[in-house]
Amino acid sequence: MSSYNKVEAPKKLIKNGLRVDGRKPEELRPIKMEVGVLDKADGSAYVEHGRNKILVAVYGPREAHPKHIALPDRAALRCRYHMAPFSTEERRSPAPSRRDMELSKVIREALEPSILTQLYPRTTIDVFIEILQSDGGTRCAGITGASLALADAGIPLKDMVAACAVGKVDGKLVLDLNDLEDKYGEADMPIALMPNTGKITLLQMDGDLSTEEFNTAIEMAVEACKKIGQMQRESIRRKYLQGDKIA
Amino acid sequence: MSSTPSLQPLAKIERRALIESVEKGRRIDGRSPDEYRPVEIEAGVIPKAEGSAQVKLGKTKVLVGVKIDVGEPFPDTPDQGVLTVNAELVPLASPTFEPGPPDENAIELARVVDRGIRESGALDLQKLCIIPGSKVIVVFVDIYVLDHDGNLIDASALAALAALLNARMKKYELKKDEVVFKDKYEPLPVLNRPIAITTAKIGNALIVDPCLDEEYVMDARLTVTVDDGGRIRAMQKGGLGTITLKEIEAIIDMALKKSQELRKKVMEAVEQHE
Amino acid sequence: MTIFVEKRQLVLPGDLMAENGYEMGVNVYREDGKIYALKVGLAELEDRKISVVPLKGCYVPHVGDQVIGKIVDVGLSGWLLDINTAYQAMLPLSEAIGRRQTHVKTELTSILNIGDLVLAKVIAFDRTRDPLLTIRGPGLGRITSGRTMKISSTKIPRLIGRKGSMVSMIKRETGCEIIIGQNGVVVVSGRSPLKVKAALEAISMVEREAHTEGLTDRVKEHIRRIVENVELQ
Repeated sequence: MSSYNKVEAPKKLIKNGLRVDGRKPEELRPIKMEVGVLDKADGSAYVEHGRNKILVAVYGPREAHPKHIALPDRAALRCRYHMAPFSTEERRSPAPSRRDMELSKVIREALEPSILTQLYPRTTIDVFIEILQSDGGTRCAGITGASLALADAGIPLKDMVAACAVGKVDGKLVLDLNDLEDKYGEADMPIALMPNTGKITLLQMDGDLSTEEFNTAIEMAVEACKKIGQMQRESIRRKYLQGDKIA
Repeated sequence: MSSTPSLQPLAKIERRALIESVEKGRRIDGRSPDEYRPVEIEAGVIPKAEGSAQVKLGKTKVLVGVKIDVGEPFPDTPDQGVLTVNAELVPLASPTFEPGPPDENAIELARVVDRGIRESGALDLQKLCIIPGSKVIVVFVDIYVLDHDGNLIDASALAALAALLNARMKKYELKKDEVVFKDKYEPLPVLNRPIAITTAKIGNALIVDPCLDEEYVMDARLTVTVDDGGRIRAMQKGGLGTITLKEIEAIIDMALKKSQELRKKVMEAVEQHE
Repeated sequence: MTIFVEKRQLVLPGDLMAENGYEMGVNVYREDGKIYALKVGLAELEDRKISVVPLKGCYVPHVGDQVIGKIVDVGLSGWLLDINTAYQAMLPLSEAIGRRQTHVKTELTSILNIGDLVLAKVIAFDRTRDPLLTIRGPGLGRITSGRTMKISSTKIPRLIGRKGSMVSMIKRETGCEIIIGQNGVVVVSGRSPLKVKAALEAISMVEREAHTEGLTDRVKEHIRRIVENVELQ
């Protein structure tokens, strides 16, 4: 890392029961969601999750380009996770990295179970996730935003998909890791689920957890995802119920 | 290699209606030929970046981030800092943008914005030199188009200027050939404020700030970048058609006039953020 | 047999709408005997059928739909059209000039060319092949003039109104001719550019506020304000 952008590693991640940003272990960062923010996209959403700023657009169902990716019996879901060069401490090359490609795949697989793709064979549904500012947990916030953008586009969905990460820092299980905690902590486990049924659509983990810790952690995450699912619904309602009476 | 883009999302009657209307002095969105769409500029929208600004020009939205780093100078300019301007036409901004490396439009966009900044000496590259021949400040200007409704050049140039004015770099100390950066900040050395004004030609009419539909129908466009002193620093003609010398004169006049308005908006936005 | 929503209540994907005893209408799905919403929209109940009227969505062609399409390519035996949906539509020559004349060598471009706008009818569509159109029929064929606009196809019923009440009102108040495609494309033509503008704004207003009450009166007010404003000057 260059000398200009060096960020010091914190000595402790938890001091007096509080985390580096003052949160308690089971506390989520502040979250803001807005739906329908772009003009050209069929559906869009903007999510601020802590210091993460994420913009998602959905195009589709639309004609498949190139033709060979079209599937005969359903829509092909295409998903692109991408970070802006100015989104991180050190400027990133805009060319997709291996991490970008892995995340694009797991995010697509997190969203796919919620979409009734069989209704639009031979088309594509494109989801573009752009990370404008990053501070840990971007794939989860990206999934949350993507689900909002899909709903905004009028794509038929069984349920929304909400995502959140849980991890371990200084030996303690914590919810919703920020960038420092992700870098210097002992475990990181992002999860996504469909809140109605609690069915899990994304699960990744890296670090060191006992099976007991895992069980506690996943319960924490499931609860958090359900909360985030509530926020998603509220943000959609807010858009359409702004002072208008719906008879 | 460049090849003619596929033409026309507009139907013939739409094109005709637009052209007839513009030639009568009435643009489809009600604007007069010398009117810009509502301009909204917000500086400092990406606090983690060293500088940033978002511009809304009608429905067009462009975000620019400025990142600063330390690096080596180019061999032929050992006592100058480095400025790099890059543009991404990300697929979320338009149904016509595809994922992939920057295409000819993204590259043209970046280079035209770069030209305006570089040729006007807007960024004092000399002041960005730390140790000649070995260590200089590198400034990355990344243009991110978020919503494409026409006139990306002007919107991007405005956002780039606002982001550079908004940017803060760390102060440093030289301790025996080691650069030590402090936790104190100062603005980038910005000496000039170039503004790009794009005019499109439709039939016999010249209109400023073309929206997307107008771009689909235009014969040609000419971008003129004007600096603080009213001097022309960059020009770029685009489109499949032609322009006459007389039209070029008129377009330059328009650019001189409009650049002052837009420069004011940039300064207001930057001051508001401080 | 329980229902959990009221008529015209805003529902979101995954919202539980009803339990056993109800039938599925459109934009809903059933799991374990329960019916859930698939899209953001307003709940509809007709007899025992539960549906969601979506606020947004891609146009899905139905046989019999009247659509406005744009010619994007000319083939050997017909034309390809963009009808504002995920599937490109086909208009065979026989559906433009009559089956009896197709043996005569015809220059397709002399009938319709790239960029032409037509009012057509969908005569076939299922999800295994692209929609098939015809322009043989009263009122169908090339549209020669007017201003075009696109709105979400889900708002077209609101634009038409009950028994055509909304669009008739707009036509009356502006004196314009309005052609509506089920696929969300609308063409407005009229002698006065101001009245055409008023009609276009009215259509925009309907799209934005389709889910609200008292819309017809408000749209009429808006049109009058634009039209009378200039006549006064």
